[in-house]
This record gives sequence, C-alpha cells and structure tokens, in this order.
Amino acid sequence: MQFMLLFSRQGKLRLQKWYAPLSDTQKKKISREVIQMVLARKPKMCSFLEWRDLKIVYKRYASLYFCCAVEDQENELITLEVIHRYVELLDKYFGSVCELDIIFNFEKAYYILDEFILGGEAQETSKKNVLKAIEQADMLQEVRNTHTLCI
Amino acid sequence: MPAVSKGDGMRGLAVFISDIRNCKSKEAEIKRINKELANIRSKFKGDKALDGYSKKKYVCKLLFIFLLGHDIDFGHMEAVNLLSSNKYTEKQIGYLFISVLVNSNSELIRLINNAIKNDLSSRNPTFMCLALHCIANVGSREMAEAFAGEIPRILVAGDTMDSVKQSAALCLLRLYKTSPDLVLMGEWTSRVVHLLNDQHMGVVTAAISLITCLSQKNPDEFKTCVSLAVSRLSRIVSSASTDLQDYTYYFVPAPWLSCKLLRLLQCYPPPEDGAVKGRLVECLETILNKAQEPPKSKKVQHSNAKNAILFEAISLIIHYDSEPNLLVRACNQLGQFLQHRETNLRYLALESMCTLASSEFSHEAVKTHIETVINALKTERDVSVRQRAADLLYAMCDRSNAKQIVAEMLSYLETADYSIREEMVLKVAILAEKYAVDYSWYVDTILNLIRIAGDYVSEEVWYRVIQIVINRDDVQGYAAKTVFEALQAPACHENMVKVGGYILGEFGNLIAGDPRSSPLVQFNLLHSKFHLCSVPTRALLLSAYIKFINLFPETKSTIQEVLRSDSQIRNSDVELQQRAVEYLKLSSIASTDVLATVLEEMPPFPERESSILAKLKKKKGPGAVSVNELEEGKREGGELNGGGERGGDSSAIASTPSPSADLLGLRTGPPVTAAAPSTGSLLVDVFSEAGVNDDGFLSTQVSKIYNTVLVVFGYFNKKILHIVPLNDLSERELVTINEQTPQGVFVMAPFLKMFRALTCTILLGLGMALLENVDPNPENFVCAGVIQTKAQQVGSLLRLEPNAQAQMYRLTVRSSKDTVSKRLCELLAEQF
Repeated sequence: MQFMLLFSRQGKLRLQKWYAPLSDTQKKKISREVIQMVLARKPKMCSFLEWRDLKIVYKRYASLYFCCAVEDQENELITLEVIHRYVELLDKYFGSVCELDIIFNFEKAYYILDEFILGGEAQETSKKNVLKAIEQADMLQEVRNTHTLCI
Repeated sequence: MPAVSKGDGMRGLAVFISDIRNCKSKEAEIKRINKELANIRSKFKGDKALDGYSKKKYVCKLLFIFLLGHDIDFGHMEAVNLLSSNKYTEKQIGYLFISVLVNSNSELIRLINNAIKNDLSSRNPTFMCLALHCIANVGSREMAEAFAGEIPRILVAGDTMDSVKQSAALCLLRLYKTSPDLVLMGEWTSRVVHLLNDQHMGVVTAAISLITCLSQKNPDEFKTCVSLAVSRLSRIVSSASTDLQDYTYYFVPAPWLSCKLLRLLQCYPPPEDGAVKGRLVECLETILNKAQEPPKSKKVQHSNAKNAILFEAISLIIHYDSEPNLLVRACNQLGQFLQHRETNLRYLALESMCTLASSEFSHEAVKTHIETVINALKTERDVSVRQRAADLLYAMCDRSNAKQIVAEMLSYLETADYSIREEMVLKVAILAEKYAVDYSWYVDTILNLIRIAGDYVSEEVWYRVIQIVINRDDVQGYAAKTVFEALQAPACHENMVKVGGYILGEFGNLIAGDPRSSPLVQFNLLHSKFHLCSVPTRALLLSAYIKFINLFPETKSTIQEVLRSDSQIRNSDVELQQRAVEYLKLSSIASTDVLATVLEEMPPFPERESSILAKLKKKKGPGAVSVNELEEGKREGGELNGGGERGGDSSAIASTPSPSADLLGLRTGPPVTAAAPSTGSLLVDVFSEAGVNDDGFLSTQVSKIYNTVLVVFGYFNKKILHIVPLNDLSERELVTINEQTPQGVFVMAPFLKMFRALTCTILLGLGMALLENVDPNPENFVCAGVIQTKAQQVGSLLRLEPNAQAQMYRLTVRSSKDTVSKRLCELLAEQF
C-alpha cells in the first residue's frame, strides 16, 4: 500500500497514513487530487479507480470515505477487506465508531492502524490479536495513571 | 459530542479540537490556531520544566494542527524528549509525532536513533514494537544505517515474541525497499524462509511480505520458500472454517494469508518437483471449485474475501501459462463474472481477462465472450469499467474479429472520455494496421479516427498512414479519392488537411482525370483550408502546392499567384516565407525535367518498427503491450513494404534493426526521403542562381522540403552531381569539378555518425550501387560503380567495414585508375 486517507464528504482529511517517502507538498497535492477524484464518484460505480500508476480502492462508511492507494499488481478485493477490517477494529475499540471518534481520538486511530498494517502490508489479520495489543497498551497507561497524582 | 476516550483523556486537547470545529470561518480557525501555537511556544520556552503529561498534550496539539494542514516548525525537540519517557503514552505520542513530522536535522536524528536503540534492547515487547513501528513508518536512510543489521537478528532470534517478530519482518521490508544496499543477505535469510512454517499465523503473514519482496531480487536465495508456501496454502485451502479460529474472516479461512501465498508463488516459475506441483494444481482446482459452490454467507465481505483468493489464484494460473485445463476453467469463471450483478466483479473480470487473452491456451476461449464485452463497452455506466472493456477488446483482437472490434472501438470513441481518447486512438491505429488485409479498410479507419477524434490523433498515427500509402501502390488511388472526399466536409480537422495535403500532393494525379477532382478543384479545396491551419500545416500545404505545379502544369500560374502574394512571401513566419520564396523560384527557373526530378514521387519507406506501438507502451507502461505484440509487430512490419520491388536501398536497411532505428522513426518529422535521418529543422542553403559553369559545376536550387534531407540530382554533361544536404550545416565542403577530378561530390556537414542508412545514402549519393549478399558479414557495405568523367570512365569497387564497438571502420577502394581510388577514399573518409 502506498497511502491511506480518511476524509469526510466535505473533503476534510481525518486521517492520512503514508507508506512511501514523500515531501509535505507532494502529500498535500496528492491528497487534494485523490479526494477530489473520489468525491466525484457516483454511488453505483465500482470501488476501484486508476490513478497515475496506482490503483485507488475506496469505500464509504457513513460520512467517511476510506481510501487506499495500492500498486498496480495488488489484489483489489482484499484491499477492500483491509478497509473493512480497519473499520471493524475501530468499531470494536470505540464502540459503534463514528467520525467524531476519529476526530477527537486521532492518535488512537493511528495506533490501531499501526497494529494492523505496517509498512503498507497487513501484519496481523486476527481482530482479536490486534485489539489485545491495543488494550495492553491502554492498560499500561492506566497503571501509570493510577500512580500519578492529578491536580 | 466528543466520545469518551479510553486510557487517559487529554482534556485540553479535546477542548482545543472542539474550538476548531466551532470556528465559523477559515480566518477564525487560523486565528485560533495561531493563538494556540503562541501558547505552546511560550510553554516550551518557559522557565518551568514541563511535566510529561503537559508535554505530551502540547505535542499532540501540534500534531493535530499539522494534520489539519498547517506548517509546524517547532516541537521536534520536545517530541524527541518524550521518547525517553518511561510512560508508555508519552513515548507513543513522541513516536507518532516524529513519524509524521519527519525532520532531517542530524542532531535530532541522532537522538531519535538513540531512543529507538534503547527501546529495541529493552526486552519489553511493547516498547520494542513501538520502536519498530517508528522505523517502519519513517524508514529513513539514517535509520537503515543504524538498524539494518540489528533487525534481522531480532527477527530470527528464538526468544523474540511473536508480535515483535511480525513488526520486525515488516520493518525490515520497509528498510529494504528504501535502502536495499544496506540490508545484506546473511545467515538470517534461510531462517526467515522457515518462518513460513511458524505456528503463529500473524508471523507467517508478515514474513511472507518480506520474503516476496526479497525473492524478487534474490530468487535463488529464497527458492526453498516455494514448497513451503505450497504446503501452507494447501493446508489453508482444505481446512474447515473452524480450524483457523480468529484467522477466519466471514467463513473464509485466512484470506490475507492465502492471497499473499499466491502472490509469493507468482515470483517463481511452476515448481519442478512433481509432488509439489501436483499439490499446487490440486489447490488451484479446489479454489476454482469453491467458487462454484453456494456462498456460506450473504455478506459482501464473505464474497469479497472468497473472490480475492479466486482472482489471485487466476493470476497465478495466468502467470504459469502452462496448464490448459486450469486456464480454460479460469476463463470460464471470469466469463461468469462478466455478467455479475456487482460492478466490482465485472471490472475485475474484464481486467483479468485481458491478461488471459494473450495466452495461447486461452485466447480462443476469451474470444467467445466478445459480444458480452462489446455490450459492456456500450452499456456500462462506470467509465472505468468501459475502459477495461475497451482494453479487453484490444487484447482479444485478432484477424478473425479485427474489423468488428475496430468498428466498435471507433463508435465508442465518439463518446469516450477525453482522458482516454489518445490511448484509444493509438490502439485503433495499431489494430487497423496489424490486421489489415485490405488496406483501403486501413485508410478508411485512420481517416475516421481523424474525423472522430482529430485532436487526439498524434503525429505517429498520421505519419504512419502516409507511410503505408506511399509503400502500397494498390491503395494510393483509393487514398487520394477518400481523402479528397473527406476534405469536402465543411469542418474538417487540421490533421485531415495535413494528410489530405500530403496525399493529394503525391497522388492527386490518380484522381485528376475525374472532372470533379480535377487539379484546380483539388488545389482550391486545399487552399480553402489554408488560412484555417496552423503554421506547420501551411508549410506542408505549400509543399503540396509545388508538387501540384509539377504534377499539373496547368495549375502553375494559379499557384504561382498564390505563392507570390504578400501573405506568403512576406509572411512573418520564417519557414513559410522561405518555402514560398523557394518554391516560387523553383517553379520559375527549373526546367520541367529538373522539377520532375526534384519533386519525384516518394520512394517507399524502409521497414521499421511502428513508433505507435512504442508510444502506446510508453503511455501505459511496460505491462500494457504484451511481448507477443511487440514481436509480432516486428515480423509483420515487413508486410508494409509492398514486396519491396521499389527502391533497392530499403532492403539493405531492413535486415538489421540497428540501434539507430529510433532515428529513423517518425518522431522527428514527416516522411523522409531515402531513409536518411532528420534532426528537426534543417536549413539547406539556397544556392545562387548562377548558371551552369563551364568548369562543370552546376549550382542548383535546393529548397527545404519536409524539414528533412533532400537528395537532389542535377545533370550536366554526363556528370552526375549529388547534392546531399545532411545534418548540421556548420561546415560545407565544396568540391569543384574539373577534368582532373573524376568525382564531384558536394557535401555539407562533414561530420556524421555512422548510421547505416546514412552510409547507404552517402554511398548511393556517390552514384554507386549497393550490392547485397556479397559480403558474408551483413554489417559491411559493398558497392560497385562507374565514375563518369568527361574524358573517361573508371570502374570502381568499394567495401566499407564498420566496427561499431571500436568506433572505427575500414574502407577499401579499388578502381582501374589509382588516383581515382585515392581520391574516392579521401572524399569518403571526410564523410564518415
């Protein structure tokens, strides 16, 4: 995978994960282009787009578009399911996840993604294992927190 | 309403985010952000040392602001400080910040690498994973330098935890992708392959991606993975849905792992070991069978996962291209998908079938679906799907269905998306040429292309049609007639005018007999479009006019009037002005003989690879044009030359497609005479009008035609002068003829590279005949000729042996008079 973008129907970027080295200006340009392209798609169209030398695989969940750019030889259908799995993970973690969860807990969204996908490739495809890893990390926080005094 | 966040909640952050969301305008947002930035800046600079929580909160705010799209130029130091915290959440934020806002400050890099090193050696798997994630996310060269040696050790160490192994594998993959030279193969490579047998499916999943990438560059090193992959795949495919527990996804066992295994297998040829191969074939058959079974779940996730494996299996079958049974089954399966309810499946089926079409085993099977594909082209609402259908039609095209497919593609072009028109045009042009049995159909098709999508018809396409018409006697009359009719349309595309101008200029005489297309009618038709055209087209038309003067002397005065007019001879464009002036002069002073020779009909072009194919390949990338196609193109290119009866020089060139073939390509200008290369705009001197010189030196007018090389023959007193203007006219060589000098060769631009064709031109320019099949070495040139001087005739033989590697050549001349040999050698040496 080259990158993953989550954006709203108004084109606001909620999450951007880049798996290839690019400059900030390049990232901004690419995001703009891809968001524009995907937002222009009509409902009955297929979930795949060709763009430059990559394939864009996207799916809309409620008010959020999930969009992955993969290399030409990647499997499109499994990428669709990568998106779905990620949504499932967010859903399990936040409990009926909605866009607001991702806005206010953006750092968590990144952590969860990292447990699932690393360097653009799926590393752990067991939902249970990913969630377990996140929970363990969360517990580490809580353990620490009980030791600090809150003023 | 913000959701309650798990673990610790940074209230300050939540409030800030709310504030931003409540901003009514962009300006308000920027104002709020700047306020916060100032606040954070002061806190960071402040005297009081910040506690971990605050630092974390501010760093997180900075991150948020950055992700909104604003530039952040501070905070890196604080983020790096967080890395050395022993609080997990602080570390986490620190790592996230530096992964997103990558900084190339060397001091920071050093600190970051230190922190990572500490975490890697901490023996705490959660910390180790954090560090590995960071390396994988950033993947910079500095990190590679620091850790490329350590990570393979972690990966294969016995006591590494599974989760750490997974991260290590993909981390190493990232480093390998960005800095392959720093990841050295070693002892660990064989142990990595054995990770394929690991108990933990997650480890296997991660390891496969690494192995797949590594094996592409080092296939031998990793080839033992093939049999391991096959057994793993076989176990998964034949497992019940309960076996793999949490790795089962909507009743499909380990779909990600299966797809990855199938991908890995595509890096290698079919397994040689019979048992392994047998097992694999069984696997593939099982996958194909499962596709026919009723689904275990109605959910789209189930079918997507199942079909993902199916499509990957089909890719593998296509890659092997050796099991006809599987190929045909795959084709049938895809055929079913072509009419599936789901657009995604139709799209993927069309795409996959494209590759199937080029396999000899399944080509026929693919063709059976032509009606479905044509229907898809016409009726699909999604342009990407229509485009796949067009691609498939192109791939499945052969002699039996070419006419039908070209017709469908032409009608699709009329309404096609602008972004794909150029590609479509190229494809139609290629198909029309490749499968033309009747060349008048080819001419019609290209002219239709120009009519429908003129703007997208690139130069290569219309040069090609002219090239073909020139080379094929049988279609010249038809071309002239058709182009004449096409030009009569009130609004015709400029490319049509170009093609029309050229063809009428060459072959207008073939239709001049009919009063409806008499010379004057033709001229008026062309001239009516003149003022609508761009400069290059007008230049071409001017050339057509001078050709008309030659072909139809009765038009001379009319055309001269036009040339003489101020808008031509005083045209602000240098090219047009020059042409008008030169053509006018040429038409006035040259005798009919000279004119006829100067404007002689174009000789046929030498065989060359179609530049259209090359252009399409460049456009689409290497995968687009199959190797078969390119090779076929080379073979079938020979058909172009109409049997090669005309023009002896072409066959000599045809034998070896030299590295300079590109230069003979059509990119640089309109069709070339005598196959000499062109370098764009050439200025050929206009000689003075001096009359014939008693010394035997004839100056003649040479005008620029076609932006390229022109060979002009002038006759005088049995002496044949060959005026060969060539490349850069930086220097001119003037060789005067007198009785003593048996040879007059007037050449400009002495320095030339050793192009075969150019060599031929020069040798031919000498008046010698090129002999083929005399010398066993096809690279050599052998010529024979008779030098005619006033006094005598001298026979000579010549052999030129070029040695491209050494950049040297040997020239041997033998003639009945030794001074002649010497002189010839000298003259030719100056040419090469």
